[in-house]
Amino acid sequence: MKSLLAPGHRGCAGCCDAMAAKFTLMAAGEDCIVVSPTGCLEVMTTPYPESSWEIPWIHSLFENNAAVASGIEAALKAKGEMGNTKIIAMGGDGATLDIGMRSVSGAFERGHDFTFVCIDNEAYMNTGVQRSGATPFAASTTTSPSGTVSFGNIRPKKNMPAIIAAHGSPYIATTSIGYPKDMIRKVKTAVDVEGPTYVHAHSPCTTGWGFDTSKTVEVAKMAVETCLWPLYEMEDGEITKVKKIKNPKPVEDYLKMQRRFKHLFTKEGGDDFIKQIQALADKNIEKFGLQ
Amino acid sequence: MKRDFEKDKKDMVVVEGSYAVASAVKSCRPNVISAYPITPQTHIVEDLSQFMADGEIPNCEYIMVESEFSALSALVGSSAAGARSYSATTSQGLELMHEVLFNVSGMRLPVVMTVANRAVSAPINIWNDQQDSISQRDTGWIQLYAEDTQEVSDMTAQAFKIAEDPDVLLPVMTCMDGFILSHVYEPVVLLDDDLVAEYLPPFEPEFKLDPKNPKTFGAFADPNSYTEFRFLQQQAMNKALKTIEDAADEFYDLFGRYYGGLIDTYETDDADIVLMAMGSIVGTIKDVIDTLRAKGVKVGLLKVRSFRPFPVEAIHNVIKDAKVVVALDKNISIGLNEGALFTETKASLYNTKIDVPVIGFMIGHGGRDIPVETIENIIDEAKKVIDSGISVESQFTDLKEELL
Ligand SMILES: Cc1ncc(C[n+]2csc(CCOP(=O)(O)OP(=O)(O)O)c2C)c(N)n1
Ligand code: SF4
Repeated sequence: MKSLLAPGHRGCAGCCDAMAAKFTLMAAGEDCIVVSPTGCLEVMTTPYPESSWEIPWIHSLFENNAAVASGIEAALKAKGEMGNTKIIAMGGDGATLDIGMRSVSGAFERGHDFTFVCIDNEAYMNTGVQRSGATPFAASTTTSPSGTVSFGNIRPKKNMPAIIAAHGSPYIATTSIGYPKDMIRKVKTAVDVEGPTYVHAHSPCTTGWGFDTSKTVEVAKMAVETCLWPLYEMEDGEITKVKKIKNPKPVEDYLKMQRRFKHLFTKEGGDDFIKQIQALADKNIEKFGLQ
Repeated sequence: MKRDFEKDKKDMVVVEGSYAVASAVKSCRPNVISAYPITPQTHIVEDLSQFMADGEIPNCEYIMVESEFSALSALVGSSAAGARSYSATTSQGLELMHEVLFNVSGMRLPVVMTVANRAVSAPINIWNDQQDSISQRDTGWIQLYAEDTQEVSDMTAQAFKIAEDPDVLLPVMTCMDGFILSHVYEPVVLLDDDLVAEYLPPFEPEFKLDPKNPKTFGAFADPNSYTEFRFLQQQAMNKALKTIEDAADEFYDLFGRYYGGLIDTYETDDADIVLMAMGSIVGTIKDVIDTLRAKGVKVGLLKVRSFRPFPVEAIHNVIKDAKVVVALDKNISIGLNEGALFTETKASLYNTKIDVPVIGFMIGHGGRDIPVETIENIIDEAKKVIDSGISVESQFTDLKEELL
């Protein structure tokens, strides 16, 4: 499979966004058009006059990539140029769950034939690790810092796949950049299914989460192995496939790897939060039948 | 205005202004329309929807978006993918698009959008003034203002021609006064499809989103290159000055109707008093001028069609020999107490040898009627300036003291 993201981008070593983009393009192939919102991916791949994209690519704003993708699809349709071209909107969690929510919702409800890939690195990395609607419970970010009276982010992650499912999408998948084959297969399925499809890729960010640049894949796998990030597929709103986790690891193993959860291990009362996080993983095991 | 009314008469139909615009859009063969309803633009999008429902716009997709923000965003995608792209909005809708407006012009996408001018909130008000589009003056869009429904209909075809000119490649806003033009029924000649086909070639951009020839659009520009992008936008605006005039001339040659290029004039040749205005109010002003001219008052009208690019030279040529210039504005820059036409005309004169007093009046906010008497009173004030100089540079008119 050819990588259509040229080397030499300006991402951090071990960047999750770069991996997510690379896997997505491997799945989509050359006949695709990609839209990206403002965020790490856009900034690091297109410092004018350079570009890492070997396929047509457009960035407009932070909050409108699903709408821009709608327009591209409409244009190709109107001009009879659609052929087999895949239209992919690829956005960070901020651009997807927060500021871009309305445009994502609109595009899914209208039923455009495109695929939305959410690169979920669980915070706004491009502006310096501020919390987003995808930031997990008890993670410390620059706008949800742990402090004398705070244990970090107070709410669990917004359930975006469920929100997309409510829009009637024919195909939804969660994946992780820790499992490239899984991600490539799911993006490929998504782009081949007609209608608006969604792939939510869990993407650990070395800089924002605080782990060694060589550990991106390891951290990603650990999120899946602790059952904090279940991998599943949905067709027409029903869960059809789930990746089983035989012997789930304790969430502690995952939390310990990352600076953003450090306070849970150093502050008094932190263990209670670890228990609550374990409860979230246990709930996933039950809800998605992970075992 | 040059127009052969006798020739036009046989083709005239009485339709609503909004319908005339929608029909003009249809004749321009758009590939993608994307809009969100808001009074008084609504009838335009409804008429276009009906055309779509009746299969009257071939090779076109109409995206019924969830907001104005997405309406214009969708056109970023469609225009970049090589589709002729159209929207319509007003007031709050236009304000919601603000961020995208910069983006469309910065990416040099020749989108055309009709703005049915309306006041902005708060207080909420659906009636006409031009605060909405004037507030977007620095977004890099060409802004044209129409006097009547025939003009805004014809201007639609001109707008695509100007926007898509390879030397220009800038989005164009065609502004029509809400209700006054959008909801009025008037005899108009709807654009003839065959003539428009002759006038407006298909949109074939040199660069587009195309997997066979991949290009990156909307890249990240650092301080090394950002300034040059802005400079080139300004340069395109300069080029547009001529393109706008050419588009009007060529339109006249084919259709026999002309409303001015960058500007139009009425009785200005020997005028001591020149009134400047944009939009439907110029009709009222022309009537007042007819009355006053009959009484020997040397008053004329400078109608500004193109507010962006601002036609400095064309304006100077008309006002240089006047004794006083009066700018009428349906907008205000709060904190400066001036309307845009006034501020910009005055500023444009500073480093010249043209020594003419300029005064400004802010009129017709939120749909307040502008009767003939108001214009007459303003002309009386202008006469005083000729005799005894400026006492107040810029002011509101017809304020209701009891509400203050
Ligand atoms: C309207 C608007 N608000 C804020 C910003 C600043 N901004 C740019 S990127 C970004 C965060 C991006 O976060 P995310 O979508 O999660 O992508 P990441 O950088 O983490 O990959 C923010 C807040 C902006 N560009 N536009
Ligand atoms: S901050 Fe994170 S997402 Fe952004 S470039 Fe660095 S590793 Fe990639």
